[in-house]
Amino acid sequence: MFRGRDVLSILDFSRSELEHVFRVAARMEKHLKRNTLEGRILATAFFEPSTRTRLSFETAMHRLGGSVIGFSGEGATSLAKGENLADTMRMLDAYADVIVLRHPLEGAAKLAAEVVDAPVINGGDGRQHHPTQAMVDLYTIKKELGKIDGLHVALVGDLRYGRAATSFIYGLTRFSIRKISLISPPLLRPREEVINFLKEVGVDYTEGENLDNVLADADVLYVTRIQKERFPDMAEFEKVKGSYKLSAKSLERAKEDMIIMHPLPKVDEIDMMVDNMKHARYFKQAAYGVPVRMALLSLLLGVVR
Amino acid sequence: MSAKPEELVVTKIRRGTVIDHIPVGQALNVLKILGIRGEEGYRIALVMNVDSKKHGRKDIVKVEGKELSPAEVNKIALIAPEATINVIENYHIIRKVKVRLPDLLQGIVKCINPNCITNKPREPVVPTFKVLLRSPLLLVCEYCGSRVSQEEIIKQYAG
Repeated sequence: MFRGRDVLSILDFSRSELEHVFRVAARMEKHLKRNTLEGRILATAFFEPSTRTRLSFETAMHRLGGSVIGFSGEGATSLAKGENLADTMRMLDAYADVIVLRHPLEGAAKLAAEVVDAPVINGGDGRQHHPTQAMVDLYTIKKELGKIDGLHVALVGDLRYGRAATSFIYGLTRFSIRKISLISPPLLRPREEVINFLKEVGVDYTEGENLDNVLADADVLYVTRIQKERFPDMAEFEKVKGSYKLSAKSLERAKEDMIIMHPLPKVDEIDMMVDNMKHARYFKQAAYGVPVRMALLSLLLGVVR
Repeated sequence: MSAKPEELVVTKIRRGTVIDHIPVGQALNVLKILGIRGEEGYRIALVMNVDSKKHGRKDIVKVEGKELSPAEVNKIALIAPEATINVIENYHIIRKVKVRLPDLLQGIVKCINPNCITNKPREPVVPTFKVLLRSPLLLVCEYCGSRVSQEEIIKQYAG
């Protein structure tokens, strides 16, 4: 079912397949030191900066007893000499058993999967997909709240250009979500294809600009960073940034067991005071990246069925 | 045999192709999408906004001395999904083909997203689109998920 498969989009996976990944991840969590992938090699090809995705994949591979090769940034490779992506991928295919690719262009992972034999895991392609982040996000909800079905999930921030938010929205549609609230400034609303998809699958969703309207009812608050460079006008950016900042006071109305998630890195969209509140789960979410990726690597390489 | 009304405007061609049942106003775009600019040596006739038994009004394009390749027939389907291609020999129709838009289009349309891998030079990748809607035409890029409308396709060829 999973062996040898590419992981390009969260939508490549059915609900039962995602649940299977979660079950394996929970087993991995109980016993983080294994040697089931001894002698296997993971290649990490990161054409864009990454901290959590790359390091959690590397940690996952090391914890499974495998080894890691790879690069981060174009400067250090033949790319700087003008080699194309396909050739770089063919070379990694010859060296490694599984490849994680992050690339600034949309569709790069699909092209890579077409030219290599090893399973390709999309570690983020442009603004499009980030499937393993979505798996980690869904796993976090499952672990922290015990279920995904029936919840009201509110997403706040840049829902247009952020691939983590887009993949998370797609992933949520695989479950029976009660409601998705999409809170963003008008410039950063989800792209047309995402909204069309929500309509097609018939999920109850709302779009809005005011977080206060949903705060009291939400079970999950998924916050993302608003990037300065998306705004033509700096004054507009400052205004928007302020209105989406999450403070300890603004959370007074939140449900007792509401959880706050963030794909990280966060800058100042969440007040540091919130980090210590019971709602904050983003560091735990980052930690779950390791068992989920251990599960995925084990499944793709066929040592777990 | 009595002459059809459009033949009163333009005479029959001896050998070549008649593209019939083009939506009104799209005849020029059909030429554009075929890359015909009028300098290729073909005798070309455009008939626009004439009566059609099937669709009320229609455009017709006649190109003398040219037979269309399957790829060209596919391109016509992008802007004239109901068109009929008549192959003419000795003033007579020897073959009639209805255009058909395939479910998957490869290498015909470019992706509108500059950040799509298919727009990167020197990569072994062919722009591929799934047909989402046939009328009005809407395509979705298999690589980046961008949606491409008929207007954008016409712009690509007219550009």
